[in-house]
Amino acid sequence: MKSKIAKISMAAIAVIGLSASVANADTLSDTKAQGYLKCGINSGLPGFASADSKGNWSGIDISVCRAVAAAVLGDASKVKFTSLNAKERFTALQSGEIDLLSRNTTWTETRDSSLGLNFAGVNFYDGQGFMVHKSIGVKNAKELNGAAVCVQSGTTTELNLADYFRKNGMKYKLVAYDSNDQVVKGYESGRCDVITSDSSQLYSLRIKLKNPNGSMVLPNIISKEPLGPVVRQGDDKWFNIVKWSYAAMVAAEEAGITSKNVDSMLKSNNPTVKRILGVEGKLGENLGLSKNFAYNIIKQVGNYGEVFDRTVGMNSPLKIKRGLNALWTKGGLQYSPPFR
Amino acid sequence: MFALLRDRKVRGILFQLLTVIGLVAFLWYIGTNTVHNIEQRGIQTGFGFLNGTAGFAINDTPVAYNETYTHGRVFLVGLLNTLIISFVVIILSTILGLLIGVLRLSNNWLIAKLSSAYIDIFRNIPILLQILFWYNVVLATLPSPRKSIELFGSIFINNRGFYVPKPALNATTISMIIAVFLAVIIIFFLNRWSNKRHERTGQEFPVLFTGIGLIIVLPIIAFFIGGSDMNLSYPVLKGFNFRGGKTFYPEFLALTFALTIYTATFIAEAVRSGIEAVSKGQKEAAASIGLSSYQSLKLVVLPQAIRIAIPPTINQYLNIVKNSSLATAIGYPELVTVFAGTSLNQVGQAIEIISMTMLVYLVVSLAVSALLNWINFKMKIKER
Ligand SMILES: N[C@@H](CCC(=O)N[C@@H](CS)C(=O)NCC(=O)O)C(=O)O
Repeated sequence: MKSKIAKISMAAIAVIGLSASVANADTLSDTKAQGYLKCGINSGLPGFASADSKGNWSGIDISVCRAVAAAVLGDASKVKFTSLNAKERFTALQSGEIDLLSRNTTWTETRDSSLGLNFAGVNFYDGQGFMVHKSIGVKNAKELNGAAVCVQSGTTTELNLADYFRKNGMKYKLVAYDSNDQVVKGYESGRCDVITSDSSQLYSLRIKLKNPNGSMVLPNIISKEPLGPVVRQGDDKWFNIVKWSYAAMVAAEEAGITSKNVDSMLKSNNPTVKRILGVEGKLGENLGLSKNFAYNIIKQVGNYGEVFDRTVGMNSPLKIKRGLNALWTKGGLQYSPPFR
Repeated sequence: MFALLRDRKVRGILFQLLTVIGLVAFLWYIGTNTVHNIEQRGIQTGFGFLNGTAGFAINDTPVAYNETYTHGRVFLVGLLNTLIISFVVIILSTILGLLIGVLRLSNNWLIAKLSSAYIDIFRNIPILLQILFWYNVVLATLPSPRKSIELFGSIFINNRGFYVPKPALNATTISMIIAVFLAVIIIFFLNRWSNKRHERTGQEFPVLFTGIGLIIVLPIIAFFIGGSDMNLSYPVLKGFNFRGGKTFYPEFLALTFALTIYTATFIAEAVRSGIEAVSKGQKEAAASIGLSSYQSLKLVVLPQAIRIAIPPTINQYLNIVKNSSLATAIGYPELVTVFAGTSLNQVGQAIEIISMTMLVYLVVSLAVSALLNWINFKMKIKER
């Protein structure tokens, strides 16, 4: 029953949400009044969003929720998480069930324009890849003509897949499921030859298989997947807050401010550091936040590099290299607009 | 003026009028508000999206479809799949439910107990769990394509599906289809004639067996008359998968199986309560005029039992249509999965898409209840 009822009620909420919230586009006040941030996340994706045995969430997507909570409420723990599958996520945001979506969501033109969403940055640059059963003897995605492919529906993954096979004049049999669990089950049971998803996930997926050595990840990356936090269109103030909360993490890494040294950095005489931490100027107030919003983020959540290392990078089981996600000064794409 | 208000009738009309005005105003308010909010948030509105390219594939399509088709086409594909699965499950669960319902009342202790155990078990496990269970069992037990189970060299079973040869539409197959229709028509008239004769003379004619014979024999004759060539396309293993022939996908099979097993329990209960509602005196009367127990069941008990069993059974048919939407869990591409799911996610127009989907279910429900009323009317005991 669950999924159907969930879907219908979600739609009902959407209708009610869209009709009831008259001229109500002040997410900041609402969030302050209720005392917590409503954040939509993945139900379980190692490195991005996963809960430990005590129900504490962590991951690079979770950090964005925490950063915004730290900025708005001064406390990174004041977040109410809602797990969403790929199909549910946009309706949940549009209807106001959540106020921030941080669920490995690819920034695309359609989503940005016609779905009434705004992307507030890119917290992970990804691309789509394939994993296959070794037994089918395929070494390159170009050899996949005629294969059955497991994919999660409601994703860009599903669309890129169609494009890729069409572009290369190949055929495939789609096997699409709503839940990631069933995607993995389908692949393991041999319903499909191939599984495709954002490539950051393939390695952790592989490790979790019953027989990791029976599968391999193909070298091909077939798409661009800039993943980032999303808010509703129509509340610019809130959009700015999320955008600059995320930027603060990157700016902190650029300026060498970490969760460990942030207190001593308060005494720094570097004007950039002073402005980021709110010692000088009134950048926080301009956003409708406190002076020290970035201080709270860095102190409680960390800068971008710290978060990356801890969740998906070298200090995590995933051991993903910084690559495109390195700072622009180190050959990557992570870049904060200036804090001034 | 106030005197008028004291008049009951006038007051009644006035209040009804006020209610209607209030309701319209409320709906108007909600409607304009929604449109306003949607526009402010930059979400697309209108039904233009139905002409937009879908961009995603669907694995089981009764009509031509690929990723270059439109969302409108996705709607059609989903709708047809919903209707197909519902139709198949309705037929199968009716047969199974009738059987179990009768067996449940059998005098044989073991059979009666087994039937009631079956009903108790499958009726009480949530249907979604059953769907997932059967699906994953199907996937886990069937072999991979290269190790397919092979029957008669032309039917293949593996965890990608059930592959059978597919006849082309040519002279042979068309004459066979015509033969089936012919058989049905003949049986219909045969039945009428036999009933009349039975009323007149008391003699019985074995309509059931003749009917089964006709349905089998006529198409066989047509096969030879039509040129005895169905031009079958056979499934063959090419690369990763079988191609050619007709494929029944595991999603379809598991969903059909799970829904049938589940719904049959309710139909069986309806049949049982129908039979039990026929008073004992009726059976005793039947026995006392010398009818055998089979005759008593067929001529006395079932005709009365069916009257009672039909309404709840038809309600189950409605549930089948609705429950088929649980297919999203295993990815069978019916209406809710592909249209209210994937298309909705691509275009984000919840209000339009959910309205269209609900309209479909509404129309189906209304159609089924109209059917129910019609049958009830037809089945009314005619007082003579
Ligand atoms: N980045 C893509 C894909 C996002 C997505 O949902 N990915 C799937 C795997 S391809 C996922 O995260 N599944 C985990 C889950 O649902 O638990 C998008 O935004 O559409």
